[in-house]
Amino acid sequence: MAARDPYEVLGLKPGASDKEIRGAYRKLAKKHHPDLNPGNKPAEERFKEVSAANELLSDPARRARYDRGEIDASGQERPQRGSWQGHAEGPQGTRYRPNGEAGVDEQEIGDIFAELFRRGGSGAPPNMRMRGGDLQYTLAVDFLDAVNGATRRLTLPQGKHLDVRVPPGIEDGQVMRLKGQGQPGHNGGAAGDALIEIHVTPHPFFHRDGNDIRFEVPVTLAEAVLGGKITVPSPSGSLSVTVPPHSDTGAQLRLRGKGVPAHAGQPAGDAYVTLKVVIGAVDDKLERFLRDRAPDPAGNPRRGMTGDA
Amino acid sequence: MITIDVLCGSVAGLQAGEVEQWIGNAWLRAEGPPGQYRFQEIDVARVRLIRELRNDLGIDDETLPVVLSLIDQLYAARRQMRKLRRAVEEAAPDDVKQAILNTLAG
Repeated sequence: MAARDPYEVLGLKPGASDKEIRGAYRKLAKKHHPDLNPGNKPAEERFKEVSAANELLSDPARRARYDRGEIDASGQERPQRGSWQGHAEGPQGTRYRPNGEAGVDEQEIGDIFAELFRRGGSGAPPNMRMRGGDLQYTLAVDFLDAVNGATRRLTLPQGKHLDVRVPPGIEDGQVMRLKGQGQPGHNGGAAGDALIEIHVTPHPFFHRDGNDIRFEVPVTLAEAVLGGKITVPSPSGSLSVTVPPHSDTGAQLRLRGKGVPAHAGQPAGDAYVTLKVVIGAVDDKLERFLRDRAPDPAGNPRRGMTGDA
Repeated sequence: MITIDVLCGSVAGLQAGEVEQWIGNAWLRAEGPPGQYRFQEIDVARVRLIRELRNDLGIDDETLPVVLSLIDQLYAARRQMRKLRRAVEEAAPDDVKQAILNTLAG
């Protein structure tokens, strides 16, 4: 097919000014741009034609040659198109999904239909047997209840109560599924499930590390130097432990089996107690002793940090 | 994977500074930290699209984000439409397909 006269394509008369050409092209290109009219074949053809006409007429040298009849309208190479449509509609198009979040919009369509069918919307046959929807809840659980297990009462929005047995060793963010506690099914379908996301509130001194529990306890100078029995807390209650003589800040005591109790086939974890020496109130005797004791046999504990001896 | 130099080489007159600015504006997406950007084929097409909108169609930098956002929403909707079409093609029995056609025609 022979190309149409580029002036005619742009709706201009020969001898139109550069400004008129530019204006006419922009107006038509905006209207027919294929990325603004995806799937509209006539618009795409029209855009190609408009682009080709503009390319020819906006180049003074080529326009002059055309005006002189040296080249014809079809002798020009088609401009290189970005072909955004081809990319945007392929699987890689999700790279430029509108909200920028990963993995969302491909999912949405499924969600729309799941919701539609769940509600028994006009799209679903009226007597179709359908499973009820799942309901999502969050439940805040104290640190120790999460470690040892507990039964917690969840109040549902409709005023119903649900007693949730939190198993020992549950972790923050874990989701419990209570079968049949979601929305009722339709036409004899099974009820949905309640999905309960557990939020564990942090403890003032216990920290969880897998199935181990770590915490710090203060000890006096005398307890650290002379050693002896002290009472420490643990998730399962207070325990008596022996501090070895000549212990220091940072020394760790392992209490075997005193961490998270055995659960779900995993053996019980351990508790790790880290000692922290506190000086506390100082009396004259200690002060005098330390002054008379110079030089300190411990030397400079900061050597290696400052370059001093 | 395409480096910023290769990207600039494949689109006539494209400057690296421009590309970095577009990434900063969230018009263009890239992997990797600044200075080590990596691009895919679709990003080259994105650059061409942005240049066409700005240079050829005269859309200014204040309007461009609106246009890009609408284009991205349009193609997200079209991708979903395709996915839905595939689902109907693969999963729906023939009588359901016919019922859908009838509903759409009505």
